[in-house]
Amino acid sequence: MTKSVTSPGAGTSQRTTGNTATRYQAGVLKYKEMGYWVPDYEPKITDLIAVFRITPQEGVDPEEAAAAVAGESSTATWTVVWTDRLTACENYRAKAYDVQPVPGIEGQYFAWIAYDLDLFEEGSIANLTASIIGNVFSFKPLKAARLEDMRLPVAYLKTFRGPPTGIVVERERLDKYGRPLLGATVKPKLGLSGKNYGRVVYEALLGGLDFTKDDENINSQPFMHWRDRFLFCMEAVQKAQAASAEIKGHYLNITAGTMEEMYKRAEFARDLGSVIIMVDLIVGWTAIQSISNWARDNDMILHMHRAGHGTYTRQKNHGVSFRVIAKWLRAAGVDHLHAGTAVGKLEGDPLTVQGYYNVCRDSYTKQDLTRGLFFDQDWAGLRKVLPVASGGIHAGQMHQLLDLFGDDVVLQFGGGTIGHPMGIQAGATANRVALEAMVFARNEGRDIRNEGPEILVKAAKTCRPLEAALATWKDVTFNYASTDTSDFVPTVSVA
Amino acid sequence: MRITQGTFSYLPDLTDEQTARQVEYALEQGWAVSLEYTDDPHPRNVYWEMWGMPMFDLKDAAGMLGELRECRKAHPDCYIKLNAFDSTRGFETMRMSFIVHRPPVEARYKLRREEGPARLVRYTIERA
Repeated sequence: MTKSVTSPGAGTSQRTTGNTATRYQAGVLKYKEMGYWVPDYEPKITDLIAVFRITPQEGVDPEEAAAAVAGESSTATWTVVWTDRLTACENYRAKAYDVQPVPGIEGQYFAWIAYDLDLFEEGSIANLTASIIGNVFSFKPLKAARLEDMRLPVAYLKTFRGPPTGIVVERERLDKYGRPLLGATVKPKLGLSGKNYGRVVYEALLGGLDFTKDDENINSQPFMHWRDRFLFCMEAVQKAQAASAEIKGHYLNITAGTMEEMYKRAEFARDLGSVIIMVDLIVGWTAIQSISNWARDNDMILHMHRAGHGTYTRQKNHGVSFRVIAKWLRAAGVDHLHAGTAVGKLEGDPLTVQGYYNVCRDSYTKQDLTRGLFFDQDWAGLRKVLPVASGGIHAGQMHQLLDLFGDDVVLQFGGGTIGHPMGIQAGATANRVALEAMVFARNEGRDIRNEGPEILVKAAKTCRPLEAALATWKDVTFNYASTDTSDFVPTVSVA
Repeated sequence: MRITQGTFSYLPDLTDEQTARQVEYALEQGWAVSLEYTDDPHPRNVYWEMWGMPMFDLKDAAGMLGELRECRKAHPDCYIKLNAFDSTRGFETMRMSFIVHRPPVEARYKLRREEGPARLVRYTIERA
């Protein structure tokens, strides 16, 4: 992969449709011939650029397939329409300008497509997604299509408000610096009464966690109505704050059937003194942008649980990469985003996951094909999203997690806290001690990737809960091959 | 209960030698270290008293340890924290902050509950 994706060579936009009269004769034309394939096009700095992985049907020319994607995600329909001639149609056509075979995978191609800024309404992820992923994914000439990455022009990003709080302000509000934050999801995720649920929150926060969390499907079920949960959880949070003199929080999940109901729940969380609320990805882009505005007006941290994303992000040949979802969510405006663990129970190859973290936390993301990042991305001053690592991780992996992700991350040990043999408080303390000991050792210049296990053992000498945690989970690993990995080997040189 | 604010409150109290190594780390990153003290580490007490200005031009940890000794002598009954400030664009905030001195008796806080309608409670944390 030597071709630069941000400056694909010389050349200017040109009229590509040949004889205009012939072009608009009724009938079916190849997309390539309709002006959606412009190999010498040089994207403008204000263009939005998408790179798709496409798998054309047998016998379909990859350039024609790329042109079809450009067409179907912008102005085209399946036949020639004379009404195009009432518009400056070349401006509105997306332009496929490059196609490259995917290294090592027969029959798949990367297609680069540029979209003019005027194709999109300002500040609306709903509009962006309706255009780009609106119908091309069902398009018959392709066996499969996947949106791999997207370069959002600064001019477009500036129409979004971005995270209401951001990493810097979140830390200043919480008064917590220099280490990852610690969380845990309350388990079992269904069935606990409000009072029993709040007990888990209290024990975990008192033991040393910064946050506890509702799970994605905790809303307002018969066993626990939402007001009950909010009241008991906030009693627990406030008691733990008074005891430790630390700011703490519980992500109160306000996901509900309507916006009106979500606002009602958000207001109650605010009135009880919560610093954070949570929504699930499945509420949809419009609801996310609305609640983000509310969070901004109410100084509330907004936690995003990416519930459902695996239905479209996981398979490598079809769907939308999570790095694109993360970009959209940063623009839409969330403060926390589950972005994978690399070492836990859920999908995620370490380099690919680090790519998602870059998208969340960078001021300027550099192209890095080994991490799946196809483009340089200037974040235009949008605040940074705090990534959350959650799912099957435990204190014994602390050195790996800190080494992979650094300080700006929330590490969530659900089972690793609540399943501790000495109780929830002990589980929380074990995690906090392991975390602080590892940060301390890293700062002292220790090689934590290799010396991590012995650093933990030493810290456990003055902390029985950590000793018990290490004994319980020392052999737990989830070593399965990831389905979503980079197509570019780490040694590739990027032009 | 021990006040657990700060990056390293769950570890045994740091020796001055350990503090010095953390300061060296901060200096290697290009961060400016400073000291702040208070007798009221309320979780919402953002502005502790500054013990001088951030030491923007400090070259090694010894200078900080000297200040720490002076600060301890002047305020033995206070909490003292050491901050490291990063002026890099995109951060411009603290990157580390940990307690380096505690009073002989830890501060204690309690929860005051003011009951409102429909089981609403307004919480305030105050000195016990």
